[in-house]
Amino acid sequence: MIEVRNLKKVYKVGALDLTVVNDLSLNIEDGEFISFIGPSGSGKSTVLNMIGCLDTPTFGSIRINNQDINKLNKTQLAKFRGENIGFIFQNFNLIPVLTVYENIEYPLIMIQNLKEEERKKRILKLLDEVGMLDQKDKTPDKISGGQMQRVAIARALVTNPKIVFADEPTANLDSKTAYLIIELMKKIQKEHNTTFIFATHDEKIVSNVDRVITLVDGNIIKDERVSK
Amino acid sequence: MKNIFKISYRNLLRNSRRTLLTASLITLGVVFVLVYTALSGNFKNYMIGQITDSAMGHIQIHKKGFVASVENLPLDKNLNKKQLEYLETFLNKSKYIQSYSYRIKFGGMFSNFVTSTNIRLNAINPKSEFETLPMLKNRFEGFESLGKGGIIVPELIASGMKVKKDDTVVLVANNKSGSVNGINLKVAGTINRISGPGGRDGYIHIDDAKKVLRIKDIEVSEIVIRLKDNDMLDIALEELNPILQKLNVNEKPVFEIHSWKKLSPFYNIVKMLDIMNLGIQIILISIVLISILNVMIMSVYERVKEIGTIAAMGTPPKTIVKLFLMEGLLLGILGAVLGSILSIIIVQGLDMIQLTYNFGQESNLILEPVLSIKDIIVVSIVVIFISLLASISPAIKASNLDPVEALRTN
Repeated sequence: MIEVRNLKKVYKVGALDLTVVNDLSLNIEDGEFISFIGPSGSGKSTVLNMIGCLDTPTFGSIRINNQDINKLNKTQLAKFRGENIGFIFQNFNLIPVLTVYENIEYPLIMIQNLKEEERKKRILKLLDEVGMLDQKDKTPDKISGGQMQRVAIARALVTNPKIVFADEPTANLDSKTAYLIIELMKKIQKEHNTTFIFATHDEKIVSNVDRVITLVDGNIIKDERVSK
Repeated sequence: MKNIFKISYRNLLRNSRRTLLTASLITLGVVFVLVYTALSGNFKNYMIGQITDSAMGHIQIHKKGFVASVENLPLDKNLNKKQLEYLETFLNKSKYIQSYSYRIKFGGMFSNFVTSTNIRLNAINPKSEFETLPMLKNRFEGFESLGKGGIIVPELIASGMKVKKDDTVVLVANNKSGSVNGINLKVAGTINRISGPGGRDGYIHIDDAKKVLRIKDIEVSEIVIRLKDNDMLDIALEELNPILQKLNVNEKPVFEIHSWKKLSPFYNIVKMLDIMNLGIQIILISIVLISILNVMIMSVYERVKEIGTIAAMGTPPKTIVKLFLMEGLLLGILGAVLGSILSIIIVQGLDMIQLTYNFGQESNLILEPVLSIKDIIVVSIVVIFISLLASISPAIKASNLDPVEALRTN
């Protein structure tokens, strides 16, 4: 469970203090499929970065599974992310010198230090789930954008994270591929009970999530459950 | 570590042209240093060999004050029988000493019955002298050894006085008390001169010197010592010094001991060569440092987003440091290995070609550069260490990148 209390983020722009997130509080239950929406500059990505332990709040607290992440230093935060959080990026951000298989393997070797047998089992299972088993030996430049995002999803999930953050995961995909990717994430969320948190403009995602939080100027103006 | 190696290796291949260019620069630097070391080492070893093996030996022992007045070749500063007996017991026992030889050094008049000239002479026992100076014979022209009644004439005097082998000459000298005596000697041959002290001296048998100088008992100007290994020079000196000091009178030394380094001005050239070698190594270090630093900084700037991604995934900062250090290390190893291989090929090529050079009066000296394993290892270790050192700053910069900022970069 994620508990956010009185979250505030202020950036210094020259002599000015720019408040991007202002006194934001919310709870996110395990296994939720949730999206932050709002116009550009509303603070979606900043909230995602802070809850995702990438950025630190100016004020307020974030507890993830009873761990106060404000108390962790840089190395502890990295460890926490490696063990609990997965990221899916708008531009996929695969490591270009590694193959599809090696990209998914990366967090298991460099972060979780798993044995080869266990790694192979997990990777092949996920590659099968995301439909990329036959492309596993290709490098990212040899596959399409949709395929890259599938690999990115597999990489985000391979460490069995409790939470996956996805910042505009469909922005660089065509409608058909975007739809397939959303379906894939929904399927994985159901199978693994993983919490998925999106920051997006994409209506296709918004219409598929369980809960939509609307942000304007760093404030929550609407938090609604979507009935299916 | 295997995976860090794999990723770093592939990152280097990502920009293969730049990697190749940097490795080539390092290779060039390594070749420059190793070939120069081999060439200067050859020249240095040749000259040291000439000095220690054909003129001076490794160490010389004199009576205190002899070296200061060596230009006058004083006979009143000779070592006497008692002192020699004392020294012999230690010289025979030392594990560092291969052999030693007694010499009487003196000056006289050399005459071919028509004209005469000054001559400086080393009176020797040929057996012990040749054992102590194994290359001395190489300087002889027209004969193998020296017997009683013979004189080896410096080539300049021989050509100036127009004397040749088997000619009879007269040697006239003053003894310690000032009285003059002379003996007839037969020219056994001539001797080439070499650089440094004693390089223009003639040679006679020690018994002939005793006769002309009217020395009844044994008495010598210097003891020339050959060590089993020139590298043991300092240790041997440390061993001999306290032995010589035991005979100090009223805390004033009776003996003086000098290594070839102190006696020969060539040692300054050796030191200069070593300083030049060091200078070239510093240039190499600068090349490696700047090349690797440049490449690694570029590498970090080009991969900011990628670094942000792996940091966001939870890669610990120290793993990011290791990734970049490994890249620098691999570049250094590549340059060191290629440079070493190329240097061995160049040095072997030079050995095969047998280039010649002139130094002072000596001509047609063959250039035979030798590359030692030690030099290759030392230069390679320095290059690899500097490569690592140059990668530290970019690696730390990469590990300190803020993931949020890094992920925003295009």
